[in-house]
Amino acid sequence: MFADYSWSELGSIFAMQGFAGLVLFSVFVLMALGLAIIFGQMGVINMAHGEFMILGAYVTYLTSNFFQAAAPALMPISFFIAMVLAFFASGALGMLVEMALIRFLYKRPLDTLLATWGLSLILQQTYRTIFGAREVGVTLPDWMMGSLPLTDLVEIPINGLIVMAITLAITMAVALVMFRSRFGAQIRAVVQNRPMAGAVGIDTEKVDRFTFGLGCGIAGVAGSAFTMIGSTGPSSGQLYIVDTFLVVVFGGATSLIGTVASAFTISQAQSTMEFFLSGSMAKVLTLLTVVAILMLRPQGLFTLKVRR
Amino acid sequence: MTSMLNPLKKTELVGFLVVAAVILLILPAITDAFRLNMVGKYLTYAFVAVGLVLCWGSAGILSLGQGIFFGLGGYCMAMFLKLESSTPEATSIQSTPGIPDFMDWNQITELPWFWEPFHSLTFTMLAVILVPAILAFVIGFAMFTRRVGGVYFAIITQAIAAILTILIIGQQGYTGGVNGITDLRSLLGWDIRTDSAKTILYFVNAVLLLAVIALSLLVRHSKLGRILVALRDKEDRVRFSGYDVAAFKIFVFCFAAAISGIGGAMFTLQVGFMSPTFVGIVPSIEMVIFCAVGGRYSLIGAVYGTLLVNWGKTTFSESFPELWLFAMGALFIAVVMAFPNGLAGIWNSHVQPLVKRLSKRTGERQAAPAETPAAIAE
Repeated sequence: MFADYSWSELGSIFAMQGFAGLVLFSVFVLMALGLAIIFGQMGVINMAHGEFMILGAYVTYLTSNFFQAAAPALMPISFFIAMVLAFFASGALGMLVEMALIRFLYKRPLDTLLATWGLSLILQQTYRTIFGAREVGVTLPDWMMGSLPLTDLVEIPINGLIVMAITLAITMAVALVMFRSRFGAQIRAVVQNRPMAGAVGIDTEKVDRFTFGLGCGIAGVAGSAFTMIGSTGPSSGQLYIVDTFLVVVFGGATSLIGTVASAFTISQAQSTMEFFLSGSMAKVLTLLTVVAILMLRPQGLFTLKVRR
Repeated sequence: MTSMLNPLKKTELVGFLVVAAVILLILPAITDAFRLNMVGKYLTYAFVAVGLVLCWGSAGILSLGQGIFFGLGGYCMAMFLKLESSTPEATSIQSTPGIPDFMDWNQITELPWFWEPFHSLTFTMLAVILVPAILAFVIGFAMFTRRVGGVYFAIITQAIAAILTILIIGQQGYTGGVNGITDLRSLLGWDIRTDSAKTILYFVNAVLLLAVIALSLLVRHSKLGRILVALRDKEDRVRFSGYDVAAFKIFVFCFAAAISGIGGAMFTLQVGFMSPTFVGIVPSIEMVIFCAVGGRYSLIGAVYGTLLVNWGKTTFSESFPELWLFAMGALFIAVVMAFPNGLAGIWNSHVQPLVKRLSKRTGERQAAPAETPAAIAE
């Protein structure tokens, strides 16, 4: 399959596909981070995660439309305002859901899965009723469009770069929150030993609620970033949910580094193969490999010893 | 909960007879041929739901990939029927006569090797059961011997359902792609599209379903069934008692897969086509809700749950299509939050005591508990 291409062409192909892979990697990381916090730290399967992401995307869409109509001068920074709004909208909905639904089901993880699936159906239909079944696209500020030519054959799209920068920033922020803040210490304490964490005065229920909200909020940011590279429809979230769960499980559910590493592996494998095989076969091969590895090593790439 | 696991044998027998009467006598009597065919289609999902009751309710293994096995069974049957209707005479306008039409459209000139054995009905009938069972064995062996269970198992089975759907859609030339295998006409020369054929198929399907339920009841009341319940509640204790936990789990998963395959094959026969929309994530998880609505511990309830949800789906999507997803979502949440034991739970806790009080035969309430039938799977 390599014979038809010259060496320099092959190099460019790998560079371009590698970059496309990096953009995919960024989206995976953003989606998987939220899920890794919810699933890895709390053991809750949130099948509605994709819909929280889409909520972020719709918030971005509304904000961008609002600025276009009301304050065109602020357009260049509208995207970042939208992103903050998306975080809080998804996070708030997440905390609401935790209060109304999830907290009754902590002892029954499989039932949580079914309940959140039901929630995802309701959210999808809500989006369809409000925004219509057609996919919507967000108008990006001018400076985010276009691409940087690197060589004759290699071009780097700017929006891809921005998505990557956002991912980097969010990942750093999550790492800071989890490992350097008091709240992060509380989350980790609750994960490691819930009764003991409660005994030393941590309000475990409150920690649960904020952890869930944080995970959903990050999903909202992911959705916001997602609008830069794709359009948003009511059921877009469902397309990514399986991939994201695999990313999280493959990385080792409790390890944030593992999540990043596995998102990198999966996205690079998929986008490199996509050039040579058809898109569907590339995806089948990637997913099959991941499932096969998971069958041999069910704990995932990275593991953290946890007392349950 | 425990009272549901060791029900009186008599009440279960009565329940079985009632469900037999409903699907063999009442439903055919009150529906026309079109609706009866539709009920027949719903009942093929009940095979999957019965499998899930054993797998999820009894043994605590939630598979979100039962659509895989339903689909595989259905595709095996569809391949046989497609080959029968693709005779060289019937397909003489194609550039390569004698192969299924979608292969011709995709520039394939020779029948692929894995289609060849499906010329034989005996092989097909074996494949309907064995292909799902073998795949289930591979998955189950890899997962259960490494003690993977719970949510991880659910996610991985779901991923496999996704993979299979993408594969079927992507390999259009070999599988018919997103349209599936369509235009199936006859079984060994017998036209399956007529009303009378559909009625006969309905009864074949109903009898098969009842046989599967009877078999599942036997499994549940055997020693095997009790070990399954035990390992659901205290897996380690069963393991330390010297039982090979993985082997029991693999067995029940394969059993559920095999009966789902039968359901899929009957679906193909009654509906006349098979497509990837019955394989993927969404149908697989809907099949779980059929089982949950009926009551995850009740084999009989699974049938009613399937019928009720599908009836609701058809009625809603005919008259209020936009409300259907709301109703379905609410159903998922309600059945988990408020009625974890489904219809069977409501029956056992509300209706049955009422019936008993009305009939006032309190003396008979202490009838002997279920005797264990001869252990069949030992």
